[in-house]
Amino acid sequence: MTSSAISPNVTTRLNEIVGAANVASDFAQLATYEIDRKLPAAAVRPATSEEVAEIVKFAAAEKLALVPTGARTKLGIGYAPTRYDLALDMTRLNKVIAYDPGDLTLSVEAGIPLAKLAQVLAEHRQFLPLALPFSAHTTVGGAIASGVDSPLRQFYGTARDFLLGMEFVTGEGISAKSGGRVVKNVAGYDIHKLMIGALGTLGVITRLNFKTFPTPLERRGYVARFLSAEHALDSCHRFAQSPLTPLSMEIFSPQAADLFASPAAQRVAETPLPKHTFETGEWTVAVTYAGNEKVMARFMAELGHSTNPINIRGLTLFTEETLPPAWNRQREFIPIALASSPATTIVKMSVLPTRMKDALAAARQAAETNDLRWAAMARALGIIYFAILPSDHTDQHRQRVANVTSAMQQACAKLAGHTTIPWCPAEWKSALQVWGPPRQDFPQMQKVKAVFDPQNILSPGRFVGGI
Amino acid sequence: MDSQLLRDLKSLLGPEAVLHRPEELMLYEYDGSVEIARPNCVVFPRTTADVLAIVKLANQYQTPLVGRGAGTGLSGGALARKGGILTVFSRMNRILEIDIENHRATVQPGVVNSDLSAAVAHAGLHFAPDPSSQKACTIGGNVSENSGGPHTLAYGVTTNHVLALEAILPTGELIRIGSSALDSPGYDLPGLFVGSEGTLALITEITVKLTRLPEAVKTLLAIFETLDDATETVADITARGITPAACELLDGWTLRAVEAYVHAGFPLDCGAVLLLEVDGIAETVQSHAEEVADVCRAHHAREVRVARDARERDLLWKGRKNAFGAVGRLSPTYYVQDGVIPRTKLPATIRRINEIGVKYGFQIGNIFHAGDGNLHPLILFDARDESQFRRVVAASDEIIQYCIAMGGSITGEHGVGMEKDRLMPLLFTEAELDVMRRVRDAFNPQGLLNPEKIFPSKKGCGEIHVRPLPLAGAPSAPSV
Repeated sequence: MTSSAISPNVTTRLNEIVGAANVASDFAQLATYEIDRKLPAAAVRPATSEEVAEIVKFAAAEKLALVPTGARTKLGIGYAPTRYDLALDMTRLNKVIAYDPGDLTLSVEAGIPLAKLAQVLAEHRQFLPLALPFSAHTTVGGAIASGVDSPLRQFYGTARDFLLGMEFVTGEGISAKSGGRVVKNVAGYDIHKLMIGALGTLGVITRLNFKTFPTPLERRGYVARFLSAEHALDSCHRFAQSPLTPLSMEIFSPQAADLFASPAAQRVAETPLPKHTFETGEWTVAVTYAGNEKVMARFMAELGHSTNPINIRGLTLFTEETLPPAWNRQREFIPIALASSPATTIVKMSVLPTRMKDALAAARQAAETNDLRWAAMARALGIIYFAILPSDHTDQHRQRVANVTSAMQQACAKLAGHTTIPWCPAEWKSALQVWGPPRQDFPQMQKVKAVFDPQNILSPGRFVGGI
Repeated sequence: MDSQLLRDLKSLLGPEAVLHRPEELMLYEYDGSVEIARPNCVVFPRTTADVLAIVKLANQYQTPLVGRGAGTGLSGGALARKGGILTVFSRMNRILEIDIENHRATVQPGVVNSDLSAAVAHAGLHFAPDPSSQKACTIGGNVSENSGGPHTLAYGVTTNHVLALEAILPTGELIRIGSSALDSPGYDLPGLFVGSEGTLALITEITVKLTRLPEAVKTLLAIFETLDDATETVADITARGITPAACELLDGWTLRAVEAYVHAGFPLDCGAVLLLEVDGIAETVQSHAEEVADVCRAHHAREVRVARDARERDLLWKGRKNAFGAVGRLSPTYYVQDGVIPRTKLPATIRRINEIGVKYGFQIGNIFHAGDGNLHPLILFDARDESQFRRVVAASDEIIQYCIAMGGSITGEHGVGMEKDRLMPLLFTEAELDVMRRVRDAFNPQGLLNPEKIFPSKKGCGEIHVRPLPLAGAPSAPSV
């Protein structure tokens, strides 16, 4: 572990801003803010956006690099920060600022846990369609800054589709906002969209405004199992041409059955899976949708139309009550995969839906040629999470994983898609090119970065191209 | 204008693609708003290379440059406020690629909105953003303004449907941002460029998502004795978590104007109607429609009619989409606002708007995207009368200030442009506007592209710049 040192007057000033009780500088506490073996010199826990602005202004003056953090579940995404003086712990900014259930709009502080917010919304039968991994802990700010996607994007889209506005502090300590709190608004630039998935490299998010959604009256689901990836993907693809609008539609590789039965899976979802949900040796298409029995009948009919029944090895239907064990595991595929190997490497590929078959085939072939265990989850819209599960950290395995990821990058580039590596062992990151090959739009991204963080003190080096 | 620049433009594009005589330029000095600004010349590129060359000339001659689609905008976004070269994209109107299976299309910016939907209708798809001007407005314009429309209540506005852009920065750099595949790594640059009102780049190619047409649609016309009952219904529909595909309100006065023009069968003696649409699969649409109708009846709807067939449905929508044209028959000019409020504040806000109308002595019509809380109060006046003009501006400012006090916005879909720049300080602090200005300057460093839009001029903040029209030649009514 490495950590930077700061002078005592820095601590004095931080104490002045947030109170000594909210500045941590002892090793045990700092260790919990580790990012890829790097520790900050201090961790600061502001309680208000004014305090955030004060801290950032001070950091800018002192040229201290800071990384905003929430529940610290996804700090492994991206490169390690090139400098890491302060961890800016946002979890004390955890209030609901405004909630107008009648308008289906909401304004919250960035550090509020997603689970706590879900309870507030549930009182009005509403929710935010962010069914994200690490859901028990993740904060709303972390969910947005990490840009992690949700199975519900099939129907509801991603955060950019329902984030109405934001307040943030720039790298110069300027408090600013963009968007608003109403569901339709075109006043000013949509800066808040830039902040989604930016890993805190453009600003510290302090407040977020969302459109909320009514919870479907009845939610149902099914899993259909297939002998091959081709059959599973074909079925999804044909289904996508129908007028039906599932809430989620995901494809799991056969190894998911083992992963979902593992102790790691039991930790995220205590209730065991019903038998024959995921089966070893079979590909699974998991679908959820809103609607009553008539809608269920229609979904079954459409599944029949889009699939040769001979290819379906098994089918299990779920109701609102029986859905959670499978749903919770699907949502937590990434944390379960991370717990399933000491060197889990998760590669994300995005391609057009018709090209998923080729992308997945290239990934499988590379993993199998290199004798590496793997498991895959894909979203029908064209997203594949391919988890490589080596048995250890050795150089030999690093080399094999690098062979696989570079084969995947090449295959994906031919398919006009993208490959990134959101999770892998810290010491492998530079060898694996976690953000993919250099991008031709990178100069435009640098222009954006220079506007918001001219001194490069916000999460330096973590993002695409080493921004 | 520099005559050498004109010669250069003509030799680049051909003489038939450059307009510069005053009588030619007059056609391009206005859009659908009340603003006026005349360019020095108008050019019609056919290719991305043409656009690139135009940008280079603008740099060489240090001349302002403004992009324009069909000129149906409602905030002066496509007007050459500082003169210069107006680049009209109407000849870059090819659909470049349609990918039915993946629900994607790539188009040139001059493609008319409804032409794209027509081109993919055979496959059961459409381009979901549907501004009322969709038979004329271009997708490039939609992208620049982040346009909405009646069905954006359920389907989202333009930005929710744009995946990638090819654009030319005012510095002469050709850029490609975003991608046809989802989740392009890095900052969401398309998210920034869509809705930037032509101040960051000239867009030369657009990749969009296509949306499946619903299997079943029911269009309802709910008729109310009072405007209050109609607005209470909208608030209740929203609060109950029912999301219709569209929820439009027309008040009685507007309705009578529309009926005289369109003959859609709207009742002439009511206080307001709601035009509601639900869509989805056959199994759910009927019950969904009944649910909506029940809420209408609970708020004293006198009658809830359901369109029996596509013809009746089209007629109802024709009434809605041509409403501004209909109102244009009644008055030399009208001023339309675009404020947004939380849906829970709808009844109180509409009452306040009508009080403001009485206070300033204007008839205000209300026809708007009620389900989104996106108001379009229409103030009828005679723009040739300077005192009326000043009162209109005062009345509409009062409406906007009320919207902001309710937690709303100054514009839901029409854009800031040159019409609402002076109102921006009501929403944003000077520091916040500075952050946005720096974003603009990062891509448009000399300010050559679409100058003096969105941001208030620093000194004359709050000063009224809209001018009364000259006595002849009031602009014809656009549709909204």
